Amino acid sequence: MASIKFAVDGRSVTVSADPNMPLLYALRNDLKMSNPHFGCGLAQCGACTVHLDGEPVRSCVMPLSAVAGKKVTTLQGLGTPEKPHPLQAAYVEEQVPQCGYCINGWIMTAAAFLKKKPKATDAEIRDALAGLKCRCATHAAIMRAIKRAQTQMA
Amino acid sequence: MNARIDLSLSRREFLKASGAIIVSAAGPAFVGETLAQTAGGKPPLVPTELDSWVAILPDGRVTAFFGKMDMGQSLDIAIAQIVADELDVDVAKVDVVMGDTALTCNQGGASGSTGIQTGARPLRSAAAEARRLLLQSASQKLGLPVEQLRVDDGVVSAVSDPAKKTSYAELIGGRHFHHQVEWNKQIGNPMDIKVQAKPKSPSEYRVVGKSLPRRDVAGKVYRTDKYVTDISLPKMLHARVVRCSRAACTVGAVDERSIRAVKGARVVREKDFVAVVADHEWDAVRASRMLKISWVESKKEPFPPMAGLYDHIRNAPVVKREDSVKKGDVDGAFKTAAKVVEAEYEWPFQSHASMGPACAVADVRADGVTVWTGSQKPHFVQTGVARLLDVPPEKVRAIWVAGPGSYGRNDAGDAALDAALLSKLTGRPVRVQGMRSDGIAWDPKGPASVHRGRAALDASGKVIGYEFISKGFSRRNIDTNESDPRDSLAGMSIGLPPKPSIDFGVPAESYGFDNKLLAWEVIPPLLEASSPLRSSHLRDPVGPQIHFGSEQFIDELAVAAGEDPVAFRLKYVSARDADVIKAAAQKAGWQPRTAPRTARSGDVLPGRGIAYAQRNGTIVAVVAEIEVERKTGRIWGRKFTVAHDCGLIINPEGIRYTIEGNVVQGLSRTLFEEVRFDREKVTSVDWLSYPILEIRDAPEAIEVVLINRPEVAPSGAGEPSIRVIPAAVANAFFDATGVRLRRAPLTPERVKAALARA
Repeated sequence: MASIKFAVDGRSVTVSADPNMPLLYALRNDLKMSNPHFGCGLAQCGACTVHLDGEPVRSCVMPLSAVAGKKVTTLQGLGTPEKPHPLQAAYVEEQVPQCGYCINGWIMTAAAFLKKKPKATDAEIRDALAGLKCRCATHAAIMRAIKRAQTQMA
Repeated sequence: MNARIDLSLSRREFLKASGAIIVSAAGPAFVGETLAQTAGGKPPLVPTELDSWVAILPDGRVTAFFGKMDMGQSLDIAIAQIVADELDVDVAKVDVVMGDTALTCNQGGASGSTGIQTGARPLRSAAAEARRLLLQSASQKLGLPVEQLRVDDGVVSAVSDPAKKTSYAELIGGRHFHHQVEWNKQIGNPMDIKVQAKPKSPSEYRVVGKSLPRRDVAGKVYRTDKYVTDISLPKMLHARVVRCSRAACTVGAVDERSIRAVKGARVVREKDFVAVVADHEWDAVRASRMLKISWVESKKEPFPPMAGLYDHIRNAPVVKREDSVKKGDVDGAFKTAAKVVEAEYEWPFQSHASMGPACAVADVRADGVTVWTGSQKPHFVQTGVARLLDVPPEKVRAIWVAGPGSYGRNDAGDAALDAALLSKLTGRPVRVQGMRSDGIAWDPKGPASVHRGRAALDASGKVIGYEFISKGFSRRNIDTNESDPRDSLAGMSIGLPPKPSIDFGVPAESYGFDNKLLAWEVIPPLLEASSPLRSSHLRDPVGPQIHFGSEQFIDELAVAAGEDPVAFRLKYVSARDADVIKAAAQKAGWQPRTAPRTARSGDVLPGRGIAYAQRNGTIVAVVAEIEVERKTGRIWGRKFTVAHDCGLIINPEGIRYTIEGNVVQGLSRTLFEEVRFDREKVTSVDWLSYPILEIRDAPEAIEVVLINRPEVAPSGAGEPSIRVIPAAVANAFFDATGVRLRRAPLTPERVKAALARA
């Protein structure tokens, strides 16, 4: 057991747990923040994606010890219905999600990417989103939403 | 953590108003029991009561009780549109309650794309009947005949004097109709009611036919709505079921000391069902990995070599055959044929591979059982859990909460029964979730199959004899729902005998060949019980595999007859089907060709192909435009043009999004998906060993032509368009290369091998 301090969505937290436990379990179980999902536990799908100091990481394989002193942002920290991130607003506008379970991966990954490269081409966007899964196969709508968000972010 | 499920305000208000039920982990409350104590309260939840279908709240809002589920394909809003039009209320005032066995009748859950086709019928009738009763009541109150009244957004007024008015809220808000309707005595998809009111004609619709936005989107995007994975109860244990990676194993010794290092974790076992439970989820995960079990392996290797799967199917005995379509004298036609065309097509086992492994939470108490499930058929979870635990079904409440995707009988049905069994065995509420391999290696599979086409052409190229015979594993080795625990992994693990059903299917089309035979043959399962390759319904059960064969075969006949594939189809199909094929071809700018392209320079070969099919009243045609990368063997499905006729359209945008999902999921299954196995086990256990389409391979464009037929009752849109994708891509590949790919998936290795042979 270890006591690990970090910040989540602007709030300081301390979690006492196995330092090898993936961050995802700390978020979901200890901190009751259920928005990142367990999809594979293998960093192969993206459903658990959060930002760690602004970079997208797969929280299902990120040991808790590695987040000590860092800033974690979840989808709920990225934006809210009152103050949405442009990608969230575009996702609603384009009616993207079907089951919606994959959403953290796409929005968190795309948000970090567009911040660096707001004018990315379609091909660059597709490359940046490699590895993410959407089993309902809403990829066409995902692309529309990202392009809509790009116009908002430009 | 408080376990209340977030209910929409209106639903909470309704429930409060009706005094019927409180959704709380403090203990399940059952509608029947609660209401028995409340004279004049809500009548029992039976299809014969109008109150089981529709309610008017004190503020005039309307609640529709829908015994099916919206899995993200716009059903919720579509049902609201239908109810709003029948009742003459603003659609924004209509809430749809779904998937709770205490609040909705068993309309079969999500099943067979029938959400609108059969699911909306009783809702439409109930709303019309409610309007009729409310108008009667208003007539008495206002002292005017019904004919002199009009309804605008729930306000009933005199046609001649708008000041003379009352409202639904005043007339009945918060109270019940206590009105009987005639039920057709059917459970599940065919459940329907008859009422005295006459539903409106399509010309009177105001919101049906409009593209209104869904209501579940924002909750998913901002993550303010709960998923089944988020349900948490006081004193809840987390569980992981431990399964042998090898198939056909029984449990010998379980070394409980092997998890001693995980404080608080313990083993729960009944016969061959083994799980670990712990207060913290991570402890359950760790313990499940550490637990040492001596598995007892079957002597015989359970599976044939994967490379021999299709020979196994070809050579296996037939346990049942059905000649579903038999017309004329097929054998006779072959005797006079000028030309005979024959071909075989092969389709692998495929996994639901839902976005996350299934999860369920169960709370088994002496006074009742509550199960929160992502299963698309919660009413059948109720029955299955009742049978598993040997309690009356009315003591079990199953509540659907959105899960990680659902495209048929996936692992959600198993998780629900796992959770119930574990809660019973531990005496605590239990949350169980699988690991990735449980969702890919251990979910019920779409069946593998071989399809044989044979056709006789006369000298003019006319098809004079046609047969298409599918042979494969049953589509219902595990039934399509979990209402019988013998169809669940938990049930089979505790020794219940398996209960296989035998079923397959034939192409759905209107080709008017004079002599025609469409048949199927089912072979025995590879393993009788607890098989990771047990087969069941996966989106559009057997549709993609059958039409991968049949619609390629039609293309092969067009080539043999020296005709363009579109023109060839149009010669034989019905008029309504022809309209759909023409619409797709026209929108795609189809250029007729009687043979594949011959100009093939460069590394990227373009091709286009068409496929068409029916599905329970819906007709769909698609033109696929692909690019074949000669060096890498990659196929890119660049553009798809879908024409879709499902009768009356309720919500065009909803159908459009649903079709897009079908196209891309279909493309994934066509190009990438194949469950791998060796002699002992399924070796597809994660996204590396069971790859699906990623965004790099998603189409650049999907065009959808919706053909609205207001005069035709609506049929389904949830699945039809997936079944035409595989053949359209394969036909486009032939157009690009002149080579046929008759085995799915069309992987780069197979593409390169086929091109090398060409």
